[in-house]
Amino acid sequence: MRDAAALPDMSPRRPGARVAIGRLVNRSFRYWSLLPAVLLFAALTLYPLLNLARMSVSTITFANGAEVWTFTPLRNFAALASDDVLRPAVVNTLVFVVASVAVEMVLGVALAIAVAGLSRAKRWVRTVAILPILVPPVAIGSMWKLMYNYDFGIFNQALVALGAMPVNWLGSTSVALASVIAVDVWHWVPFVFLILFAAVEGIPPDLLEAAHVDGATRAQMLRHIVLPLLRPAIVVAFLFRAILAFKVFDEVFLLTAGGPGTSTELVNLHLYKVFFEQNRLGYGALLSLAVIAAIIAFLLVSRRIALAVRRNADS
Amino acid sequence: MTASATTTFRAGAVGRVYVALALFAIVGPFVWILTASFKHPIAIYAAQFPFTPTLSNYADVLFGRRSDFAGNIANSLVVAASSTALVLIVGALAAYSLYRFRWPTCVSAGFLAWTLVFHMVPVLTLLGPWYVAFRELGLYDTRAALIVTHVTINLPMTVWLLRTFFREIPPEILEAAQVDGCGPFDAFRRIALPIALPGLIAAGILAFVFSWNEFPIALTLTSRTTATVPVAIARFAQQYEIQHAQMAAASVISTIPAVILMFLGQRFIVSGLTLGAVK
Repeated sequence: MRDAAALPDMSPRRPGARVAIGRLVNRSFRYWSLLPAVLLFAALTLYPLLNLARMSVSTITFANGAEVWTFTPLRNFAALASDDVLRPAVVNTLVFVVASVAVEMVLGVALAIAVAGLSRAKRWVRTVAILPILVPPVAIGSMWKLMYNYDFGIFNQALVALGAMPVNWLGSTSVALASVIAVDVWHWVPFVFLILFAAVEGIPPDLLEAAHVDGATRAQMLRHIVLPLLRPAIVVAFLFRAILAFKVFDEVFLLTAGGPGTSTELVNLHLYKVFFEQNRLGYGALLSLAVIAAIIAFLLVSRRIALAVRRNADS
Repeated sequence: MTASATTTFRAGAVGRVYVALALFAIVGPFVWILTASFKHPIAIYAAQFPFTPTLSNYADVLFGRRSDFAGNIANSLVVAASSTALVLIVGALAAYSLYRFRWPTCVSAGFLAWTLVFHMVPVLTLLGPWYVAFRELGLYDTRAALIVTHVTINLPMTVWLLRTFFREIPPEILEAAQVDGCGPFDAFRRIALPIALPGLIAAGILAFVFSWNEFPIALTLTSRTTATVPVAIARFAQQYEIQHAQMAAASVISTIPAVILMFLGQRFIVSGLTLGAVK
């Protein structure tokens, strides 16, 4: 009898408060589990978005360290029309995205297929390929700033050694954008490679062996088996890169900061300058909203493309 | 591809040369900046090779009286570690909640769609309002401001990654635990989290690296005392006279976490980077 009475004492000394809290935490878990994420997103993305709308129709000045907001709905739109940098920035961004993504896709897909045909080197290539993706983009910028240097960079050293004229990689208006695109290609070919390599490895070996037995050449296998099977992964990698290429900022900020002139000016660099160098918060907000709208439009279109491709692949 | 498929699909000479060139192209720039970081500035400017290696750039950057780099490293470590811990907690709770509980579609789909949109939008578009808000709150130029913003930018990746791991858990396990008297929160903590551990490690590694690497937010929300490593490197590169040698040394130091994680966490990183893409 005594033992049975002692049983409740097995529980912690003062069960009351802690058990009650534990029960509360458990019972309401389904309601509060999503709450931190929702609150964080509301405070740091939704509220700023609303604030952007409010800022975009205002002029904000700083007087004695305090903000002074004035309602000037048309002023920022007028600034949009008279912004001489905006047009080159948009054009450069489109050139940058299209050129860098196109080259990255070709080189990345080719690398994935070539590496899949190797036996021992596979793991090595995969390990090394992670490195450009993980190191700070700012470090990549400073790496290439050293290599592109007019006086002592490796490229000009090589050119001079070959008897050619040195090139002003980052300082000439005709070359600078291409130099910046080359850095982005170097940075992101490994990413396309990693996605495509996983897809190549997922191709059932029987398919290739059957084709081999039937006397198919490597080129035939590539065209009729491998590439068709890779198509969904290629589309995914393409969409990822196309959207993320718009986010580029760090390397270009370090390499050229948009110069010389506006020859490497990109939308993101322009946004930074409008906000933090020219201190035009109202106009910057209007530009930000335009960029967000453009990204959402692109997302909706690309979703359609992805769905259409999937439907084609299934049928 | 298995070994047998590799033999039927063996790379030709062109493929081998291409892979070798690609490896050289990836590694070359790292070697270049590594050698530059061990050169006296004069040896860099004279493009000397061979050269006498020196540690003076590292000494200048880390211990020089005019350099804050040691403090920048401390800031980066604190911000990256705290934001990673927080994003794992918030992200795991959210991902599990979306998987386990029946939320109305407008909540679950709306939340996931919004995280995706936010992940795609350049962070530069939100820096203006963030700057204004953190100034008003008195959080401008604090590590706290960097930590919450880094949690926010890493949350979409964390939620999407962990979702795929939670979805692998058979609901029967969790239901059986609850029948045995295990509350919903205890089931999450004691059963779901341990099963999803590989996902937590992958998300944690990526969140740490992205926070350590993050540049535009740190550039605009910090000043001298709270600046992080990327901001410091940009200062070396942006000064009136670029300090190439110190920039090289600081850049090499900044790649250390990536190099360590490349060897230790390769399995997790590759799955983390490609999971969302392939599935």
